[in-house]
Amino acid sequence: MKFNVKIIKGLIAGLFVSVSVLSEVNAAAPDARTIVNNSLNLFYSAANDMSVNVKMRLINSQGKERQREMTLLRKDVNDAGDQHYYIFFHAPSDVKSTTFMVWKHAQKDDDRWIYIPAIKLVRRIAADDKRSSFVGSDFTYEDVSGRNINDETHKLLRSVKYAQRPVYVVESTLKRPTDYVKRVSWIDQETWVPLREEYFDVRNQKVRIFTADKIKKINNHYTVTERTMKNLQTGHQTKAVFENVKYDVGLEDNLFNERYLRNPPRKWIQ
Amino acid sequence: MDSIKIKKALLYGFIVLAGATSNVATAIELGGFVQTNTAATNIDDTKCTAGTECELPFNNQRIQLRAENRNDSGSMSFYSKVDLLNDSALKTSASDVREIYLDFNFDSIALRAGRQIITWGVGDLLFINDIFTKNWVAFFSGQPLEYLKQGNDAAKLDFFLGSTIVEIIANDFRADHLPGPRQFVFTNLFSATIVEPTDREVAMKISDNINGWDTAVYASRGFYHQPAFNGEYPKLNTAGVSVSGAFLDGVLNLEAGYYDSVEDRQGTDPNIENSQARLLFGYTQQIGQDTQIGAQLYGEWMQDYDDYKANLLSGHPLRDEVRSVMTLRFTQHYFYQTLTLNLFAFWGISDEDSYVIPSVKYAFSDELWTELGFNIFSGEATGEFGRFDENDNVYLNIRYSF
Repeated sequence: MKFNVKIIKGLIAGLFVSVSVLSEVNAAAPDARTIVNNSLNLFYSAANDMSVNVKMRLINSQGKERQREMTLLRKDVNDAGDQHYYIFFHAPSDVKSTTFMVWKHAQKDDDRWIYIPAIKLVRRIAADDKRSSFVGSDFTYEDVSGRNINDETHKLLRSVKYAQRPVYVVESTLKRPTDYVKRVSWIDQETWVPLREEYFDVRNQKVRIFTADKIKKINNHYTVTERTMKNLQTGHQTKAVFENVKYDVGLEDNLFNERYLRNPPRKWIQ
Repeated sequence: MDSIKIKKALLYGFIVLAGATSNVATAIELGGFVQTNTAATNIDDTKCTAGTECELPFNNQRIQLRAENRNDSGSMSFYSKVDLLNDSALKTSASDVREIYLDFNFDSIALRAGRQIITWGVGDLLFINDIFTKNWVAFFSGQPLEYLKQGNDAAKLDFFLGSTIVEIIANDFRADHLPGPRQFVFTNLFSATIVEPTDREVAMKISDNINGWDTAVYASRGFYHQPAFNGEYPKLNTAGVSVSGAFLDGVLNLEAGYYDSVEDRQGTDPNIENSQARLLFGYTQQIGQDTQIGAQLYGEWMQDYDDYKANLLSGHPLRDEVRSVMTLRFTQHYFYQTLTLNLFAFWGISDEDSYVIPSVKYAFSDELWTELGFNIFSGEATGEFGRFDENDNVYLNIRYSF
């Protein structure tokens, strides 16, 4: 009996090893960089263009809320990753009609402008997109307008189930560390949606957690329509809801210039 | 068009637009705020002259009402921003029409007619090609920055030629609002009766983004907005250029201009400013999380300096041929940008004076914020900033938006 038990134990152990090896081999067909690239493409550049109304709730540790409402327009310039973004603020009242434009470049620093309606001023802004809070929220500029695949090195940690979905868990380490050093992403193996991200600082402390709370398939593109970014150190969190998401609406090339920064294109912004 | 005609045209435009918009029933968007601005000084009793509000020269309360509406396509819209102002220090009440204009937008042309604020140039609180009217009293008393700018009654025509924007403006003259003896203690060399010009001003800007650099050329034909010693606003033509772009992880700003003092091209009239060349170099960078610094170097080079020296009025201090100024801005946000520390410092290198504005702003909510700050003038009494040395103040602003 003892012998048999040993054999069975050995068989079971062998089975486990082979299953895990199999799963590593089979599931790891795409390499980590490809997984992250697919995920970034889905998350930040689905379709050729996009228009969406975003409502953000900025909630502090005491539960006190602030709100941001904006229309975001995005158009891809080329396949290399150059994009144009335009953001119009509807609320709160104090920043109403403020607009914001980004020319995102894959190969060099982004160009950014803000328009301040009270003094009719267009100004370039010098902001480090990895370190700047987007309008006082838990999202950085980069979280909103996307990151460059080459800024990080990517390593596939494992394949697991997360929220009943098969996911790849990928660790992405910044080549030039800033306020975070690495992030770990749970990426859906079938849809490439990042279901969860954890950000770690230089002391390997978890500082921020992103979760995709609601996902809808819109025009064949999986879209995270509700998302949360929570800061574990401050207890502050930001919940963003994407409404009226539209893809391939035909945004004009010349929309992303100073004319419309000063005078919003009413065809797209109501 | 004189100002009455502009007003008539505006009124007519409103009626037309009201008719047009009522068909599509676009809702009028309303908003505004209630705001107080108080600034206290500590002026030496012996230096306080009769008729000057020396302790609390600035104490005003205002309600701003903002209304905007447009037709469905956005081809026509109107915008108005009117302040009801009570000045407890000067014991006056008034309505202050900040802006009221109509917009007409077409494919490659746009017209804005009415009172409007216009801001040009790339300087941070230093102006070369922004020749539009300003309210320095509001700035020196710590009012929110938007009050440095005043509206011009103007017609502004924009042409959009590809990515090039051509702006042409015709406006009625509006003088700068300058410190006066009711609220400031300073050596006022000015005694003449002021006569405002009745002619209009015109200005033009052509701008484009060239290889990632925002490039603009400017020209204007108008008047100085500060009176000459003879009480008149002398003619002034300007021409200039600006460039702004991303550079070494920051933003680089360059601006230059030539001020052609039409009525004193020889530089021999002691009442009137000489012609000047102006140059500005600025750089801004983020240096940490929610932390930015910016620095600028600025110079005004007086033309015909020898003629100026030879004809200087007695009792007037001799100015340098080149007036140079450096500025520093430091901004830091805390607690999700609810708390903002800001420092802006002017250093008059040639005038040997300075003007430092430290401030702290806290937003209690999306609606309510308050700002506490100081305006600190120091240095030579003949300097642009140093002459307000007695007028250091501490200011408090509170705004509730709705």
